[in-house]
Amino acid sequence: MSDPMAEIRASFFIECEELLESLQDGLILMENGDSDSETINVVFRAVHSIKGGAGAFGLDELVKFAHRFETAMDEVRAGRFTPDAGAIRLFFSCADLLGDLVRAARDDITISQEKTSPVLNELDKLVGCEEQIEEELDFTPAVLSLDMGDALGLPDIPGLAPLGGFPSLENTEEVALPLAAAPKGFNIHFKPDISLYASGNEPLYLLRALRDLGDLVVSCNTKRIPTLDTLDPDEGYLSWQLKVLTEEPVEAVREVFEFVDGLCTLQITPLDTSSNDLQTSEDSAQAESLPTLVDQPEFKPPQSASTQAALPVEKVTKESAKPKTSAEVSAVTSETEALKQQAAPPAKTASSPTQPRATVRVDLERVDRLVNLVGELVINQAMLSQSVAEAGLAPNSPVSTGLEEFLQLTRDIQESVMMIRAQPIKSLFQRMGRIVRESSASVGKQVRLHTLGENTEVDKTVIERLADPLTHMIRNAVDHGLESPEKREAAGKTPEGSVTMTAQHRSGRILIEVSDDGAGINRERVREKAIEKNLITEDMQLTDADIDGLLFMPGFSTASEISNLSGRGVGMDVVKSSIQSLGGRITISSVEGEGTTFSISLPLTLAVLDGMVVRVGGETLVVPLNAILETLTLTNDDLKALGPETHVVQIRGGFVPLLDLGAELGYRAPQESYVGGIVLLIGQEDGNRAALAVDAIEDQRQVVIKGLEGSYGRVPGIAAATILGDGQIALILDPTDLVSQATGKTKKRNAPVPIAG
Amino acid sequence: MTDNEKLADKSSIELLSFRVGGQDYSVDIMSVREIRGSAKATSLPHAPSFVKGVINLRGTVLPILDLSARLGLEMGQDTERNVIIVVDLGSRTAGLMVDAVSDILAIPAEEMQAPPDLAADESRTFVSALTIVDGRMIRILDLEAVMPPQGEEAA
Repeated sequence: MSDPMAEIRASFFIECEELLESLQDGLILMENGDSDSETINVVFRAVHSIKGGAGAFGLDELVKFAHRFETAMDEVRAGRFTPDAGAIRLFFSCADLLGDLVRAARDDITISQEKTSPVLNELDKLVGCEEQIEEELDFTPAVLSLDMGDALGLPDIPGLAPLGGFPSLENTEEVALPLAAAPKGFNIHFKPDISLYASGNEPLYLLRALRDLGDLVVSCNTKRIPTLDTLDPDEGYLSWQLKVLTEEPVEAVREVFEFVDGLCTLQITPLDTSSNDLQTSEDSAQAESLPTLVDQPEFKPPQSASTQAALPVEKVTKESAKPKTSAEVSAVTSETEALKQQAAPPAKTASSPTQPRATVRVDLERVDRLVNLVGELVINQAMLSQSVAEAGLAPNSPVSTGLEEFLQLTRDIQESVMMIRAQPIKSLFQRMGRIVRESSASVGKQVRLHTLGENTEVDKTVIERLADPLTHMIRNAVDHGLESPEKREAAGKTPEGSVTMTAQHRSGRILIEVSDDGAGINRERVREKAIEKNLITEDMQLTDADIDGLLFMPGFSTASEISNLSGRGVGMDVVKSSIQSLGGRITISSVEGEGTTFSISLPLTLAVLDGMVVRVGGETLVVPLNAILETLTLTNDDLKALGPETHVVQIRGGFVPLLDLGAELGYRAPQESYVGGIVLLIGQEDGNRAALAVDAIEDQRQVVIKGLEGSYGRVPGIAAATILGDGQIALILDPTDLVSQATGKTKKRNAPVPIAG
Repeated sequence: MTDNEKLADKSSIELLSFRVGGQDYSVDIMSVREIRGSAKATSLPHAPSFVKGVINLRGTVLPILDLSARLGLEMGQDTERNVIIVVDLGSRTAGLMVDAVSDILAIPAEEMQAPPDLAADESRTFVSALTIVDGRMIRILDLEAVMPPQGEEAA
């Protein structure tokens, strides 16, 4: 296969992913009771486009499946079949299978018929269209050709047409394609929306397809084209009046426009056979000699402004129009004023909500390379700042101010680069939708997935690495969290369980929650189980939160029966460690009888962080800025002793435990006195606070995160490392982890504190 | 040492020998990425005593192990003049802090001897083979065993 073909193929599959996404979206809307024809159309179009593309690449399996799915959707679209909840579930599994087939085709694997045929049979049963089996192979897709030459018939940018091709806006030319008198046919008014062009459709092909149905008379309406100064090159101004003479039914005509359904204004009216506006044979003879047509244009005077302006659609090239220009210049200028009133620049007619945003697809490797380079730039810039400071230059010297600007720029660049990597979490949520459907089906529960905040943007790496833990959590929620329909009804709930996934930004982190409205954690059973498994001893006093935490212990599983889905002992501990490896945390909250919520909090990006550089015990550390609520100097009044070894700090009426960072990390023994010392007030996501005593605050800067786990392993209380301006490595604190493991010792005792090597 | 060169054929193993805690050790030269002077390491909290900390090796974080502490030998005093051998174990890279790098040796495979089984010797598990060069015993280090167990610190 030649290279360009492989490229086109690759982009087809990328497009397929997008189509599958909109297919899912549409189905979710339908599931929620939206039977709007536009929604159904979206679904239909997605399937149809996949089928079309697959045909062009000869992916027969995919075509067959998509075709049957499409046939069913067509029934829905035509209003002959109203899908109920069961049908929509079936559509969902069709969509899932379609996705499987697309990926199989992409990776050159074959999916056995056994997997697809039951769903297809059900589909046929449901919609009741047996006839489509013979019809199945009727679909003969256009085979993709790389010859782009023939696409030049129409100007590439629709709005630019007047620049060269059509200098006289009032000029009327009627062009007829070869035709013979036929009594039957349709009048078609076709006005493409801008989205039609944006999605890469080409009106020319549609017109050609129409011509295949029968003889076609094309006239192009250029009246809406404004003058050059008001012309928006991204706008489409052309519309067509078409007359097709055919024996085919109206469906055949509609089928031609199937791909652009919803992307254009389309009116199809049966042709009034008595109408005498059929082209004469003379016209058709003229049309036969299209290339020479321009030498004898039928030039109508300007006053015929009201007459329909039409343009030849085919073979009219820029050159062809040129001979006229000089003759018409005056006419054009005189018309300009009239035109301005008559054809005021069309307002972007209430830009449709689905208007796609311009995007580029970039190889992720290139983005990563850029991210790395910017990371180096930030380190470099920090080193430069440091040497400038060391050189003793005045802060207002040109070098220093220049550096200040440089710093601002680096920061902006870094932020922009990070934004490139950010993606909406939607794709991940959609994958979870499938997990919910499949897992609920296999345990015989009815479950509905609700998603919120699916446009929350998260670093791509985070999204990829979240898939496994989330899958696990969703399965857990369906399998363990939700009760069986009978139990639910007995508890006065709806038989259909619900699992909710939300994503949101909170205090510089991403918060993802997976909650179910099931029975909640049976803490008594968890406790028993943990004792049984020797994870805890019988006499241990545990708070509710402690018991919930047991779920994350390795080798813990409460399901009394081992099901297909979960309960094989590899469970939440794996989830926890994968979340931790992303620098995240996971917590549970559960109300018995009402449900369980798992909250995952993740850093926004895995690459940079705003931090405060502090010194403690001779070591330099970076504390994430978003964790610091405030910094203060302790006075004697603030500091209160609590118990033999610990202190609390009184801050505006509240008490916060005092932690000595140096002692907690084992760098030094607790200090004699903390009066006059500097503390950082740390705030956590759960609202808990702690005061961290440090020796000095050195700087506040953006640091590039270098993982420690790859090279060394996890260090308690430490999130990662970074390289400071002097080339030294500084550790980045994980305040929450540190606080949760803290001893809180801030007074000297006899027992020596081990000093880290 | 010069006659070692002619032995450098396919059946021989090239080793980088170095001194640590007064003893001669060596590692397979293929796992050595570079040798560099010592740098001030940032110490890691809660790390075992033989982990000196981490240093910046051209933008990557490199853990440094004090090899004499790891092998249970006397701690070298003059840390300023120590040398760091950066070794690459496929998935992991680490710096081994040693007293001095001695030589590059080519040892025929048949001259390798399995270490005798002495239960009292603490460092035994770190030595994969022994050989004699010019009357000196060279211990061949088992790098996998020297590395701190991964995930050990995950609590």
